[in-house]
Amino acid sequence: MQLSNRTKKIEPKPLNFWERMYLPVIFQGLNITIKHLFKKKATIRYPEVKRELSPVFRGLHILKRDAQGRERCTACGLCALACPAEAISMLSAERTKEEKHLYREEKYAAVYEVNMLRCIFCGLCEEACPKAAIYLQKDKFAPAFFGREEVIYGKDRLVESVTNRAKVGLDQ
Amino acid sequence: MELTSLIVRGLVIFTVFAVTLLIATYSTLAERKIAGFLQDRLGPDRAGPFGILQPLADAVKLFFKEEFIPSHANKWLFIVGPSLAMLTALMSSAVIPFGNEFSIDGQLIPVQGITVNIGLLYIFGVVSLGVYGLMIGGWASNNKFSLLGAIRAASQNISYELAMGMSIIAVLMLAGSLDLRQIVIDQQDNVWNVVRQPLGCVIFITCAFAECNRTPFDLPECEQELVGGYHTEYGSMKLGLYLFSEYINMFVSSAVIATLYFGGYDVPYLSTLGLDKNIETIIGIVALFGKIFFFIFFFMWVRWTLPRFRYDQLMNLGWKSLIPLAILNLILTGGGILAWEHFTK
Ligand code: SF4
Ligand code: SF4
Repeated sequence: MQLSNRTKKIEPKPLNFWERMYLPVIFQGLNITIKHLFKKKATIRYPEVKRELSPVFRGLHILKRDAQGRERCTACGLCALACPAEAISMLSAERTKEEKHLYREEKYAAVYEVNMLRCIFCGLCEEACPKAAIYLQKDKFAPAFFGREEVIYGKDRLVESVTNRAKVGLDQ
Repeated sequence: MELTSLIVRGLVIFTVFAVTLLIATYSTLAERKIAGFLQDRLGPDRAGPFGILQPLADAVKLFFKEEFIPSHANKWLFIVGPSLAMLTALMSSAVIPFGNEFSIDGQLIPVQGITVNIGLLYIFGVVSLGVYGLMIGGWASNNKFSLLGAIRAASQNISYELAMGMSIIAVLMLAGSLDLRQIVIDQQDNVWNVVRQPLGCVIFITCAFAECNRTPFDLPECEQELVGGYHTEYGSMKLGLYLFSEYINMFVSSAVIATLYFGGYDVPYLSTLGLDKNIETIIGIVALFGKIFFFIFFFMWVRWTLPRFRYDQLMNLGWKSLIPLAILNLILTGGGILAWEHFTK
């Protein structure tokens, strides 16, 4: 059966003497490759030079604070639910009076962990979050790991620092 | 007197040996660099400045790998294979004249491992021995892929050795000697053999590619069909020896091509400048190494340009094109020499 009428039967014609010696085409090929020797190289020497990433690049997660420096996450678990890789887990806790300056909502995440080996950096957690708390940064990669303990990122490494605020999402 | 000349001899041999190894080592880096550059990449550049230490890192890595011999392999032959490949590869550089003679204290010291008058025959013999390394290794592995690779290597070498031998005979007819030094001197007196033997030169270079198992004739180890060919079962430094012997073979082939067809250590019109003999010799050595490096580059250049031949194409090219052409070349050369003698004497 033919799907279209565009099929063409090709009869390879026998090579003539010159073609069977392969030499002319070989020199054509050599000419092409030698030109590449002097071309500008495409390599980006990574740790020293960094590629310009797109503004929507999905890199390492960050848990944002609000303008007063309080953590935004309310441990609603929507991100964990949205996560196709089941990389996120958390434990919620109730905010006490004295912690009002630390957490924005009355319920907060006492433990918040992202397993970076499970994560596929799809960004669904970012989309699911109603509190604009979790973001995937465009300028930080998840690093290579040397041990299993390093793989799970807890709050110590996820929460944005108060002094050094990260620019993510819409505020960049 | 006897002793000093012996020591000098040993020194020359040692130097040739060391230089061969050094160049082969750095060919591995050059190969990767050139591969990178031809493909618009940079190649390895992390180990030391410009990746200078890369060969060292490679060797260290290979040495630290597990020394593994598969249980179904013939243990003894399994080890003999790569050793033989390495041995034959190293032996062949002994007779190549890397330069003219140094005269020190009225003593003439030729820059050549061993001066024999059958140098060409020697190289030819040792190079054909080289395939035993692959054969034994592939066979001892007791693995179908290895065996296929080994058989391919053997049949390829046999097919191309014929054409190679016949293209060399034409050179012999011109120089009238098997001595590589004589062949170079003959080229100094007349012109480089590439001018007198263009066809023979092309045939020889093609066959040299096949003998070194380099692309486009790397069928014995083609990854896509045979996993790794004859060295499928090899690992650690035994694999390293196989790969390394390929680079040594490449160096030797380049040296032989340069010597047979491109004047060896000859630099045209150098003798008319009236320089000191020793300085002339040094310039000659540098020139020869320039030629050798060019051909090593050429080997790599071709490798990253051409796809591999199909096996029937390889055999067709060898038996149906190169051998008839080599015979034609032989006849033409013979006729040419006769005509030359007839008209000039
Ligand atoms: S980026 Fe995707 S995979 Fe990674 S934690 Fe978020 S939802 Fe899960
Ligand atoms: S990061 Fe957002 S979605 Fe996830 S638990 Fe916190 S508030 Fe909910």
